Amino acid sequence: MGPHTILSVAIEEKSFPARHGQAAFPVLQEIRFTLADQEILAIVGPSGCGKTTLLKLIGGLDTDFSGSIAWSRGATPRIGTVFQEPRLLPWRTVRQNIELVVPNGSNGVALEDLLRTLGLWRFRDAYPATLSLGMARRVAIARAFAIAPEILLLDEPFVSLDRALAERSRGVLLTAWRQRRTAALLVTHDLTEAVSLADRILMLSGPPAGIAVTIAVPKSVRRTGGEAAAAFAAELRRMAPPATDQSISH
Amino acid sequence: MSIVTLLAGWEAVGRLAGNRLFPAASTVIVAMWREATDGPLLESLAITSARVAAAFCLSMVLGTALGLSMGNWRKLDAVFDSWLTGLLNLPALVTIILVYIWLGLTETAIIIAVAINKLPATAVIVREGARGIDRDLMDMARSFHVGRWATLRHVFLPQLNPYLIAASRSGLALIWKIVLVAEILGRGSGVGFEIELCFQRFDVTRIMAYSLAFILVIQLIEWGALQPLERLTARGRK
Repeated sequence: MGPHTILSVAIEEKSFPARHGQAAFPVLQEIRFTLADQEILAIVGPSGCGKTTLLKLIGGLDTDFSGSIAWSRGATPRIGTVFQEPRLLPWRTVRQNIELVVPNGSNGVALEDLLRTLGLWRFRDAYPATLSLGMARRVAIARAFAIAPEILLLDEPFVSLDRALAERSRGVLLTAWRQRRTAALLVTHDLTEAVSLADRILMLSGPPAGIAVTIAVPKSVRRTGGEAAAAFAAELRRMAPPATDQSISH
Repeated sequence: MSIVTLLAGWEAVGRLAGNRLFPAASTVIVAMWREATDGPLLESLAITSARVAAAFCLSMVLGTALGLSMGNWRKLDAVFDSWLTGLLNLPALVTIILVYIWLGLTETAIIIAVAINKLPATAVIVREGARGIDRDLMDMARSFHVGRWATLRHVFLPQLNPYLIAASRSGLALIWKIVLVAEILGRGSGVGFEIELCFQRFDVTRIMAYSLAFILVIQLIEWGALQPLERLTARGRK
């Protein structure tokens, strides 16, 4: 491990067990990478290739695999997860949803600051059912930041938002991230999203999913968004193996 | 509003019938008042209510525990499923008589007998609730290290609440009816016992007065406890 490495992943294999007459099938194979402090690493692959499973393993929600997931400080750190669906409690307000996960009661000032950064302050007492999907996603992001995480796990945080809204939401996420820099793992099927947010990109192939190629996003493009990101993503798509390309381009 | 039309209709039919076997609403209400101030109505109501409350609590606690366990653990569900079906279809009268024979004509026996009648229905309803718990929300709570108690209170119970309310509501209605039967069969007190006495004298007015009094009690519980609970559950629902 390097000096700033906070996470080393070395998954040999993850399979789903045999069930209902179906044979066991491998989902992940030979996935090895490290994550540095304050680094944003994007994991890109087609929908259904096992990216969410990978995040579940790293988040400790599933421990049935062979290999190791090691945190540099030994114990599992504080992990802030943004799930693919916002997973908010419908019977609690925005503020209550966030306060639920903050240990030892929340710091009101910090919470107000966070909600303002994410443009959620005026929705603080709204119930999730009254929010648009884009806003509900922001609440999920606020919840993940609220615990002052040492690492963020983002599972397709902007999937099924239209392009303009997704881009604006990425901007909001980056603003929050710049104020509270943490390491982050971003899982997405959208190369443009990966290029807009990440320092490095792991492209998965499969099934079973393994790492096909690792790409460092050049400094000139990194976290600029807009045209530059789209152009670099297009370039990557031309380089990518055909199977992946097909799945990504939809 | 519906209460007013009900009372008006009842009054009209009673007047038209002009028969002491179908008294009008006003006659029954007057009789109820007389029994309350001058007769054993309040005392009987208190005794029966206490039995209803005890049997209700017992069946809710045991039924909820059983339903949650069966909803969570497939193996347990497989073992007890046919028990539940059997209990559900066992006539209340049979349970009551058997428990009276085994435990004697005691207060404990009546409460246990009535609770056994309600328990399987509670378990079945709560089992549905446990099966419907959103695993994704539970995973969310786990990933954020939300404590056991907070998860129970904020994530789990709000999902189970509609089922608990449904079980309570149907339970209350069922239990007080069964308690009356059990009182007729084997206790020398309570609303059921009074009704049995009236039956022997063909005193329909008083039978109706006692029933009406108990319906009022159940309605008060509905307004005072169940509906506020329900509003609590409905928060955030569109």
